[in-house]
Amino acid sequence: MKELLSGNAAIARGAIEAGVTLASGYPGTPSTEILENLSRCKDVYSEWAPNEKVALEVGVGAAMAGARTLVTMKHVGVNVAADPLFTAAYTGVTGGLVLISADDPGMHSSQNEQDNRHYARFAKVAMLEPSDSQEAKDMVALGLEISENFDIPVMLRITTRVAHSQGMVELNEPLPREIKPYSKDVKKYLMVPAFGRLRRLSLEERLTRLKEYSETTRVNFIVPGDNKVGIITSGISYQYVREVLPGASVLKLGLTNPLPVQLIKQFAEQVQTLYVVEELEPFLEEQIRMLGIKVTGKEMFPATGEFSQGLLRSKFAEAGLLTAQPREDWATGLPQAPPRPPVLCPGCPHRGVFFTLRSMKLTVTGDIGCYTLGGLPPLEGIDCCVCMGASISMAHGIDKAVPGLKEKTVAVIGDSTFLHSGITSLLNAVYNSSDITVLILDNRTTAMTGHQDHPATGRTLMGGEAPEVDLEALCRALGVKQVELVDPLDMAAVKEAVNTGLAAKGPSVIIARRPCVLLKRESKPVVTVDQETCNGCKVCLKLSCPAISVSDKKSSVDKTLCVGCNLCVQVCKTGAMKGGNADA
Amino acid sequence: MLKPINVFMVGVGGQGTILASKVLAAVALKMGYDIKVSEIHGMAQRGGSVVTQVRLGEKVYSPVISEGEADVILAFEKLEALRWLSYLKPGGTVIINSQQISPVPVLAGAAEYPEDITGKIKERVADLQVLDALQIALECGNAKAANVVLLGAMAKKLPVDEKIWRDALADTVPQRLLEVNNAAFTAGFSA
Ligand SMILES: Cc1ncc(C[n+]2csc(CCOP(=O)(O)OP(=O)(O)O)c2C)c(N)n1
Repeated sequence: MKELLSGNAAIARGAIEAGVTLASGYPGTPSTEILENLSRCKDVYSEWAPNEKVALEVGVGAAMAGARTLVTMKHVGVNVAADPLFTAAYTGVTGGLVLISADDPGMHSSQNEQDNRHYARFAKVAMLEPSDSQEAKDMVALGLEISENFDIPVMLRITTRVAHSQGMVELNEPLPREIKPYSKDVKKYLMVPAFGRLRRLSLEERLTRLKEYSETTRVNFIVPGDNKVGIITSGISYQYVREVLPGASVLKLGLTNPLPVQLIKQFAEQVQTLYVVEELEPFLEEQIRMLGIKVTGKEMFPATGEFSQGLLRSKFAEAGLLTAQPREDWATGLPQAPPRPPVLCPGCPHRGVFFTLRSMKLTVTGDIGCYTLGGLPPLEGIDCCVCMGASISMAHGIDKAVPGLKEKTVAVIGDSTFLHSGITSLLNAVYNSSDITVLILDNRTTAMTGHQDHPATGRTLMGGEAPEVDLEALCRALGVKQVELVDPLDMAAVKEAVNTGLAAKGPSVIIARRPCVLLKRESKPVVTVDQETCNGCKVCLKLSCPAISVSDKKSSVDKTLCVGCNLCVQVCKTGAMKGGNADA
Repeated sequence: MLKPINVFMVGVGGQGTILASKVLAAVALKMGYDIKVSEIHGMAQRGGSVVTQVRLGEKVYSPVISEGEADVILAFEKLEALRWLSYLKPGGTVIINSQQISPVPVLAGAAEYPEDITGKIKERVADLQVLDALQIALECGNAKAANVVLLGAMAKKLPVDEKIWRDALADTVPQRLLEVNNAAFTAGFSA
């Protein structure tokens, strides 16, 4: 039977079919839907871990104990999980372990576009790269087999276009879930230097065997064609190549670490001109050059952003391999379309906090989540955002290094992000006694990635009940003396709490708690604008609320969008904005 | 070999482009075509511009449509039609819902919503249809069916039997909403 599946749904299906017993991960676009899909299958245990390092260690434990295991994360998540990854290559596995790395060329929803193929080479693990949903599903089973046969973790690297594109997939019957017997083996799993050195040598031996396998595996294959042009490619680029140059000879690499050296040499000899077509870094290209083979790669194709058949077509046309297609220049004389950036939703509990921080002229170290949107104009309530958890540690750095700035600095972090990697940062601020003020924007969910549960929501991925972390008690247990709870929709209370926090000695935490408006829609009366009183000062626009607009120097509120959060009522200086409780 | 038909759907988060692509996928399945659908979500829920690309044909490689390749642009909102017009192939079809959803920079007075978008597109694109899908859907009994009104308008332009569309719709929308959606499809088809 065939079904139309996204790459992510196909990977979940692949895990079910391949007898995976356990799956763990942390949300992150474009990987999130893998575990969301898998969690609907109650026969496979799946969970959200608080962060990627934990998720991978859970997987390493389950695999050591003999279970087939899947671990999922976005590309930057692998940075967090890198520590266990590198040494798990030494220990190897008992049951198969597949780590999904979902890369995001073009940065559709990420802070960078790192190419995680380098991780596979760096950590010395095997790597598979599917180019569509069918391959994504098949490579889960193949990855688990490789992992078990070569005693090595396998990275399955997808990109946004594979993760979020749907294609036809042939479904198979699930294999039974088996647990291989565990027997204590300290020389394999206890990585003290003496044993580590042995496993280091063993790893080289395993990789040598894997290199031989790479020469013959069915996922590294040649599509025969015209011998004038040969193309080596992997991942989604393969699809663009087939579309643009249907007649060319193609070497399609599905197992890209370690590379099949003989196969590449043989292919290079068969063709007159050799091109490497790969998104992002010259990962294949550099290794092929090191074999002494002449190729054209990044001098022709960009190392940044996504590819498309259009891009390939124009590059091959420039190289004289194709004739350029006629194009209509639709845009000439048309007005430019104003941008439509994502914005905080109407009623979002984060909005008022950023309005307040901006009005207080504070330096705000930010973090990653929906609330990062609070840094964009017109809210402009955040100064920086680097990686998850950095808000608190960066504020501490400012506190320790730059008097004068420290008195005006606060950190903002989401609840999921705090639990991911903010706790240790806060611990550092307590331990090394800085005076930072931290706002935890607790909207009771991981909103940015589509509302996943986390340790403070009281629910698990599979829908079970869980104990809710008590954030106030947690902060106090870390040693924070001043912990205050506020309603983020009460702007005066937020301002007062921030002032108190800034004045306090030692670190202080303000928990701004209100559920994400998309999770819990309360029916509150909408705001109306008294047209007589409105003087067109536009201060309400600074809230960046999609429900508010100004025309003819008067504000108005879109009834269909307003949810009655009343922030605009609070910022309005003339009293023209009437909240639901006022008689308007 | 039949070249893939490329449908480029654009709109604003929450407008129902995803359901429309599901119906189209069901159509492809019923016709025995290969199909690929590419959607970039992530920021979609936050009111950003959303693009869904659907390609159907005997064999489809790339899941995306490049500039100058779309047979049809189905725009759920006017400004989005303007933004993505360069994706239309020479001689392609544009269907536009006349609804206007101002992006925040426009609401904030930092940018202007261009005037007479459909008129300007009309000067360039011979095969343009503009309809008030929201109003038509309301008349059919549910504003949410605006996406199916637009599908109906597109159905007229594609070489697919109406029966297949109807079956695909029945497979995709919940039973209790089928009647409204069938009416919306009919209204779009005859608009
Ligand atoms: C290491 C890493 N893992 C995952 C992500 C993806 N990601 C971005 S923000 C976020 C969580 C946001 O949740 P929260 O902090 O609760 O803020 P909210 O979006 O709910 O406002 C996630 C999972 C990331 N950017 N980096």
